[in-house]
Amino acid sequence: MKTSLGPLQYCWEKQKVNEFYQQVAQSNIPLVYLGETVCSRRRQLKFADYFAIAQMLKAAGKQVVLSTLALLESPSEYTELKKQVDNGEFIIEANDMGAVQAARELKLPFVCGPSMNNYNFATLKKLHQWGMQRFVMPIELSKEWLAHVIATETPPPFEVEVFGHGYLPLAHSARCFTARQQGLQKDDCQIACLAHPKGLLAQTMDEQPLLRLNGIQTQSASLIDLSAEVEQMRTLGVDYFRVSPHSLSSIEVAETILSQATSDKSLTCNGYWHQAAGFNQIAPQ
Amino acid sequence: MELLCPAGNLASLKTALNAGADAVYLGLKDDTNARSFAGLNFTPKKLQQAAEFTKKCGKKIFLTINTFPKPGEEKRWHQAIDLAADTGVDALIVADLSLLDYAHSRYPHLPLHLSVQASATNLGALTLYKQEFNIERAVLPRVLSMKQVRDLAKVTPVDLEVFAFGSLCIMAEGRCHLSSYVTGQSPNTGGSCSPAKHVRWQESNSSRLTLLNDVLIDKSGLDEQMGYPVVCKGRYTTEDNDTPQHILESPTSLNTLSLLPELAKANVVSLKIEGRQRSPAYVEQVTRVWRAAIDSYLAAPEKYQTQPAWQQALAKVAEGQTTTLGAYERNWQ
Repeated sequence: MKTSLGPLQYCWEKQKVNEFYQQVAQSNIPLVYLGETVCSRRRQLKFADYFAIAQMLKAAGKQVVLSTLALLESPSEYTELKKQVDNGEFIIEANDMGAVQAARELKLPFVCGPSMNNYNFATLKKLHQWGMQRFVMPIELSKEWLAHVIATETPPPFEVEVFGHGYLPLAHSARCFTARQQGLQKDDCQIACLAHPKGLLAQTMDEQPLLRLNGIQTQSASLIDLSAEVEQMRTLGVDYFRVSPHSLSSIEVAETILSQATSDKSLTCNGYWHQAAGFNQIAPQ
Repeated sequence: MELLCPAGNLASLKTALNAGADAVYLGLKDDTNARSFAGLNFTPKKLQQAAEFTKKCGKKIFLTINTFPKPGEEKRWHQAIDLAADTGVDALIVADLSLLDYAHSRYPHLPLHLSVQASATNLGALTLYKQEFNIERAVLPRVLSMKQVRDLAKVTPVDLEVFAFGSLCIMAEGRCHLSSYVTGQSPNTGGSCSPAKHVRWQESNSSRLTLLNDVLIDKSGLDEQMGYPVVCKGRYTTEDNDTPQHILESPTSLNTLSLLPELAKANVVSLKIEGRQRSPAYVEQVTRVWRAAIDSYLAAPEKYQTQPAWQQALAKVAEGQTTTLGAYERNWQ
């Protein structure tokens, strides 16, 4: 099993993003996903900028995948997506069935991201026929589910990646919750997300951290941390352990997580992996 | 333009058809559909009766099989599709790729509608489902503005159905994990959002606490109008603001009566009323109003106006007794 670095889900200034990927280039992380997955209004980096970073990472010896939007709403977003798929150099992470279609039409291979509805082997097999090389297990599924899928055909004809560390993308909406918090309309959001580089934490009325607002995306307040499950994943045959970055420190986590469990246990969760409510932290057996 | 109404049981189905529904949709009494609540839905025998009654009325009946089969348990979903084909329903509403494949390859003449749980919002996704499984229709998620619905309708290779009235899901349906994050069960896996067994109300002093799997999602006055407790309609504080607010959405229902002419002009073929979990009284009230509205529009499109009496009748059965245009209206977003 190797490590992968998922796409940045937050909206950062261009310089900060560039610095981040310069560090990634110098890391030992073999597989890097990058690109805007949340909102097409975020234009700090355009596709050409991500493409340039992708080439820089490739030159540094990384395998690179370009991630695409999870929620496509306007015709222009779909037109832009088709251009991204047809980039001539890198495969894409499809986060919507529209991206699968765009890749399939061009007979290009693709990866299925965590926001695709892949709930059984027959579905994955179909996607594999259309060009899926690897899939990221949907975040709400468990170790038991994965064992079942892998047992259906061992080894499976596609690679398996698990979202192992980071804040979970729980939902996407037409509404921008971050802009709304600042009293702004989505159409004139003034890129409100820039003010929240790790999302905006929301708590219950008895101060239990619950959610994290990230534009149109709602994330978990707790950080999923499956570092204690690495051995089990290896035994199962998982190919990649995904670290979803939220700061520079995520690079270090990605570099070391396969050899040592992380030490920071404040507000973490692993419930989904153990077939329980996602926000639960269940003691390793 | 079809008026498509929910039927949680035979009584609701008959009520809907008598009140003017053109078609009804329903689910089986298990986790093959996303409204798997106790006391709701149809056994195979009741489905047969429902189909016979509907056909006698000259109307249409659609069976919802819109959850995602668990590995090793696919048989239950396959049997549901076989049963639907045997019963002769007019269409199946399906979300899972493997089930679309199963239904299309075995029963090519049984029309397929793409469930909202498949979360198809764009031309690419619709084209894929059309090319691969010959779907006839897609139900659009409640994330598109009216303009986006219009734009998509101009190029879509399949008929479009939209939600016209009922509880408002504000996330891209089929890809929302808020319920499972808190309870372990989601519409996709367990067949319902915010399962009733995890909901608990507790009164203390002059307030009512709403708990979902022991997570406090709301605290309200005893007289406040509350909707069904779901994570996205809860009240929370943020890092920036200590005052508890509905930071995602407040308890409210979708109501598109005022958009009816625009939806008709966009060639939307079907208006869906949400609420298989609601009572026959709800189904009757909502169906009557929408029947009157559609008939009024069709009789004189240019003169169509929403009637205050319709709005009042709908507000009475709306969640939180308020309504919204949701994502159809750009300002809501």
